[in-house]
Amino acid sequence: MPKILRADGMNKCLGCFTCMLTCAAVNKKEHSMFKSAIRVRTTGGLTSSFVGIVCLGCTDERACAEVCPTGALRPRTGGGVILSPEKCIGCKKCIDACIVGAVNFDEDLHIPIICKHCGICAQFCPHQCLTMEEV
Amino acid sequence: MLGEDKRVLFIDLSSEKLRIEKRVDLNASIGGIGIAIRLFEENFHPDLPPLDDSQPIVFAVGALTSVFPVMTKTVAVFYSPHTGELGESYAGGRLAFAMMQAGYDAIVITGKAKRPMYISVRSDNVSFRDARALWGLPSTVIGRVIREREPGPGKRSIIRIGPAGENGVTYASVCVDTYRHFGRLGLGASMGAKNLKAMQVYGTTPIAIKDFPAYWNAYRAVYKKCTETELMQKYHDLGTSINIEPLNSLGVLPTKNLKQAVFEHGEKISGEAFAESNLIRKMACVGCPVGCIHIGQFRREFDKEGHEYESISVGYDYELIFALGSFLGIKSTDEILALIDEVEELGMDAMSAGVALGWATEALQKGVITEKETLVPLKFGDKDNYLAALRSIACRENAFYEALGKGVAHVSSVYGGADFAMHIAGNEMAGYHTGYGALIGMSVGARHSHLCNGGYSIDQGLKTVDLDVIAQKLFQEEIDRCMFNSLIMCLFARKVYDRATILMALQSLGYPYTDEDLSRVAEETYAAKIRVKRAMGFDQEAVRFPKRFFETPSMHGLLDEEAAYETQRKFNAMTNDLVKRYETPPAEQVAAATKKPAKAVDPA
Repeated sequence: MPKILRADGMNKCLGCFTCMLTCAAVNKKEHSMFKSAIRVRTTGGLTSSFVGIVCLGCTDERACAEVCPTGALRPRTGGGVILSPEKCIGCKKCIDACIVGAVNFDEDLHIPIICKHCGICAQFCPHQCLTMEEV
Repeated sequence: MLGEDKRVLFIDLSSEKLRIEKRVDLNASIGGIGIAIRLFEENFHPDLPPLDDSQPIVFAVGALTSVFPVMTKTVAVFYSPHTGELGESYAGGRLAFAMMQAGYDAIVITGKAKRPMYISVRSDNVSFRDARALWGLPSTVIGRVIREREPGPGKRSIIRIGPAGENGVTYASVCVDTYRHFGRLGLGASMGAKNLKAMQVYGTTPIAIKDFPAYWNAYRAVYKKCTETELMQKYHDLGTSINIEPLNSLGVLPTKNLKQAVFEHGEKISGEAFAESNLIRKMACVGCPVGCIHIGQFRREFDKEGHEYESISVGYDYELIFALGSFLGIKSTDEILALIDEVEELGMDAMSAGVALGWATEALQKGVITEKETLVPLKFGDKDNYLAALRSIACRENAFYEALGKGVAHVSSVYGGADFAMHIAGNEMAGYHTGYGALIGMSVGARHSHLCNGGYSIDQGLKTVDLDVIAQKLFQEEIDRCMFNSLIMCLFARKVYDRATILMALQSLGYPYTDEDLSRVAEETYAAKIRVKRAMGFDQEAVRFPKRFFETPSMHGLLDEEAAYETQRKFNAMTNDLVKRYETPPAEQVAAATKKPAKAVDPA
């Protein structure tokens, strides 16, 4: 069964950013968490609450893929999209199209950072903020 | 840079000039305190006062910063205006992560800004910004103003001082990212003397993982240990405040200026009491899966008419509950949070501030000083008077509060009452009257902190009191922690990171360090600290303990004064032996260090 990442326990978030560190490490071989597909941030300073911005795994209509001029984003079974980097020209249209802002951009490789729903972030979340839902 | 040669940013506030140096010679010192003490030693002026414009403030991150769990600390080394010798303080939060991402292992700040200023350090620029309008504002406001003015969304760090730092309170603190601090020894006053209100650090430098399988195996192993260890669970559950209850039961919780070591209202201010009535949130430093930061909320009435209230949340920890709670006879969690909030707004070290108020209360009771000095009738258990007194310290209300703002060693030298001025070598005591380990540990600790060598913990682990054993344990711990602080780990995790684990983590990032290197760096770093302290005029054997330490029973019963001095001498003899072994002139050390570059593979 395919799975989709859900950030439905963000009220419990400690702000440790282990999810971002492990996503960047595993998927991008990078120590910099700015290469992570999942993004956790405050809503304005540390006294505010944390939000988790993740790919919602759209199924029927995928805005990011629809606007892609080169067909670099193809549907992923269960939801979300898969990036073919060789087809991507780095136009960033997918970033604008995603209404929840879940598409990050790799400024060094000049390609979007697309969540694979691999579940590494959920596996290393120490406070059960992230879960993998079977779809 | 992580896994690479050390890169140091020098900022001179007087000329507003920058210099960046690649420092291959620092590679052998691992990082953290190892490199910070060297940079400080190179740049400080022992013949000039601690707050002279030319004195440096050094910030450094460690060899494993942010990329391994619980490697969350930044060290600051400075010339302490409080003790007049080595200033060394650690803070968590986001600063270490932000410095790593900005691409710097260390930042050295010298000079004095012509007018109040804040600086913004980024990987691609350093900006000097006008902060005149921010002078006098509490640190809480500064965070918001800078956040709104400066680019750097998301993962930045903002460190700032409050009015106490501007006004030269020698135990002024620096607030790091709202909930963490460089608390002790007066870094806030050092920044204030430089007209430096705040510093933002932000960067997004990509750092490729060199050997992913090695790194990932090491990371997973450490993460598992961290999240499955019972010890770390304790820090997450109730936080450090969990210790109030057991330490009070043991009879070692300093209470009412250490007139007693048992607080009759201890259960009302325990970790459990805070959790039940005030705890609203827990947070973590970047890269820490434990999350020990505990935020408590209390309600404040701001208008007596019409039921007007605001809710205020502040971080709380064991040491704050001791210093602003039991030490002042404050017996409710709400009142302690109100005092913590005031200290936070004013920007001063909660521990020194609480101990200073404890002394002032007893001095007033004993007639050493009068209400003419204190302005309010300070009394154990009376929060409102303490709130007023804290404000008087921060704004130097009169000559007495100005003296109190320089610590209890100073104020008691002016007014008397030194026997119950609870400091050790000029630094106010920590919340442990456990016995010889805690007392001597703070005296011989390089920065006179309970965290130098954990003497309070050694006391609690002893079955019988043997002063030679205590001296040896303190010495070993003091040196080991120099190595931990080069990585820089949060000391809560010291049992997770045994030697083998540390070596595995370092080697997975491509550092070539061996077990011998770790031992060598620990000793070299300690020797460098002692050299710096002695250049500043510190004499270990001249340290005298206030009488009160020997009048209130500890875990070891009543402590014997002569035995304490004898143990201090024994420790100092061990220090002398070690320092002698590292007397090599700096030039030769550099030559030896550069023979061994950090990179495992020579690109040629």
